[in-house]
Amino acid sequence: MSAVVAEHDHHDHEHEHHGPEKGILRWIITTNHKDIGTLYLLFALVMFFVGGTMALVIRAELFEPGLQFVDPNFFNSMTTMHALVMVFGAVMPAFVGLANWQIPMMIGAPDMALPRMNNMSFWMLVAGVLLIASTLFMEGGAPAAGWTFYPPLVMQTGKAFPFAIFAVHLLGVSSIMGAINIIATIFNMRAPGMTLMKMPLFVWTWLITAFLLIAIMPVFAGAVTMLLTDRFFNTSFFNAAGGGDPVLYQHIFWFFGHPEVYVMILPTFGVASTIIPVFARKPLFGYSSMVYATAAIAFLSFIVWAHHMYSVGLPIAGELYFMYATMLIAIPTGVKVFNWTATMWKGSMTFETPMLFSIAFVVLFTMGGFTGLMMSVAPVDFQYHDTYFIVAHFHYTLVPASIFILMAAGYFWLPKWTGHMYNERIGKLHFWLSVVSVNILFFPQHFLGLAGMPRRIPDYAVQFADWNMVSSIGAFMYGFSQLLFVYIVIDTIKGGTGEKVTDEVWEDASKHGLEWTLPSPPPYHTFTTPPEIIPTEHVG
Amino acid sequence: MSEDLHGKNSRLVRKLVLIVVLMFGFGYALVPLYDVLCNIAGQNIKLEGTDVATVNEAAYAVDENREVRVEFITSVNERTPMTFRADTPSINVHPGQYYTVSFYARNNSDKPLKAQAIPSISPGLAEEYFKKTQCFCFTTQTFAANEEKTMPVRFVVDPKLPERYKTITLSYTFFDRTNSIEN
Repeated sequence: MSAVVAEHDHHDHEHEHHGPEKGILRWIITTNHKDIGTLYLLFALVMFFVGGTMALVIRAELFEPGLQFVDPNFFNSMTTMHALVMVFGAVMPAFVGLANWQIPMMIGAPDMALPRMNNMSFWMLVAGVLLIASTLFMEGGAPAAGWTFYPPLVMQTGKAFPFAIFAVHLLGVSSIMGAINIIATIFNMRAPGMTLMKMPLFVWTWLITAFLLIAIMPVFAGAVTMLLTDRFFNTSFFNAAGGGDPVLYQHIFWFFGHPEVYVMILPTFGVASTIIPVFARKPLFGYSSMVYATAAIAFLSFIVWAHHMYSVGLPIAGELYFMYATMLIAIPTGVKVFNWTATMWKGSMTFETPMLFSIAFVVLFTMGGFTGLMMSVAPVDFQYHDTYFIVAHFHYTLVPASIFILMAAGYFWLPKWTGHMYNERIGKLHFWLSVVSVNILFFPQHFLGLAGMPRRIPDYAVQFADWNMVSSIGAFMYGFSQLLFVYIVIDTIKGGTGEKVTDEVWEDASKHGLEWTLPSPPPYHTFTTPPEIIPTEHVG
Repeated sequence: MSEDLHGKNSRLVRKLVLIVVLMFGFGYALVPLYDVLCNIAGQNIKLEGTDVATVNEAAYAVDENREVRVEFITSVNERTPMTFRADTPSINVHPGQYYTVSFYARNNSDKPLKAQAIPSISPGLAEEYFKKTQCFCFTTQTFAANEEKTMPVRFVVDPKLPERYKTITLSYTFFDRTNSIEN
């Protein structure tokens, strides 16, 4: 690394005053990690509302029994597209955006390792999402077989079928390129002295997530390619008539699908581990156990996939193996929840909006984790399988977990990125509306599921009417509350409260990470000279 | 960016791309791996892939004291133009003894039809104890226009079938393969 330092010393001054391109071209051809981070985050925010609108179509239809607004095929398209847009368009890109902004600043690097590839992976994401959105207007409608694309049902998709599959290919290539870039940045671009075990947890969780991505995305690409050749080229991977087996698809899909859900939750853990210590004014409790717990969860995620398939007729030994292996995940996850709680224990806590969202995350994610543990029990899963109970479970692990933490990250870093303070009163209002409505929205779905209401249906028996109505009211409250966040983002970019924020923004934040030693907003190019790594608190 | 860092990045990217390529291959490797694991678990309900109409019959000790009910279910997939039914809906069998039952199938269209019957046994865990030695499902069946056929199935229930299984259901689904098979 010494050669790098020497070279940067020579060019120091020219670099610092080199600004972005002017006009719209800046955003199209940019290779700057901050610009690309902003693009990813704004794109994810737009997609969050697109996917959210689809969710509201679903909840409007389910407000009362009977068919009100949409026909059943379109309803099923909505559940499918809502999932695809939220997973591949909102949550994953949002975390890639955070990675782009934060990882170089957190490890003292001038930019991502492969800036041009960075630009390409963003625009491929846009192309992939536009392609999947275009299927809404095709003959036969958008894919409606669920985001899992199970054959033989998915084979009934109309003209949209090959487009949906190519969209998945594009999104896969985009995530793989993003992941390779993140690994290269973390391995090769750390400032001298930033050893692996000194890295902030957000960087650690992203490193592990990136390895998950390059391992699973190609498997998913393979699975959908098999669907494509089954439909158009007479192969019989999943076609029983030709000697294939549809259950094989489920195995391949969930080999991808289970690590995929950790792709969405591990960076969430990283952000929570970054925010909680700042507002508890204590170093993170159990830094190294957090790192090992993350690695353990990532490893376990590869060997538990068939717990999504207990009811397909697995051999009894398989059911038992997948049941016990799945239960094991509760141990490293429990370590994490314990560490967050211990970090807050006897801390001098204050409750700014990012901290409120983070505390709600710890509580509500734990609830989602417990329902997961319930479903890991193979014999009882036969009752929960494909009911609203599983819908409640994974939404608790995604909305008040991943989405809440993304909101927390927005409030936490917006003042750093823009140099302006957001409006704390509206922020708190956003939090309280969100945390109340998200529970009105998803908690009753546990009851519906236990009572036997199946998922992915546009109509239901009348005994489910009351809780569905409550859930739909919660959905509209939650959906419209999120507009406050859009207002805050725009308002903060434009100047916010007008209060000039300091470099460290939050009291003593500079003890918690390198990004808080930079000016707010940080200049276009930062750390062109690697910083000196002072021992930070999370290791002490 | 220095040459040193550039080289380090390219070497790392090459390794990571190799992982990506290998994992793409791994997805496809799961296909034969699945067959192997299903065979080990005795769960393979996939097509046997044999062209012979009969396989050798192993001899079993007939258990005269025990009766197992074997039920037959038939269906045709999607728009396959066929009538298809079992001549007897169910029979009671002694484990170890060979039985032959027959199925009736008719091509309801004016065109020749190639169709493949796919068997499935329920409960799945009884699969390994139910052995077919002769079956119309071993090969693709060809029907002339409006042709009707009576087709035999010869089977035996292994006396090792655990006591808890009182009923076994054998289900066949005919799939239209006319357009999927070359020649």
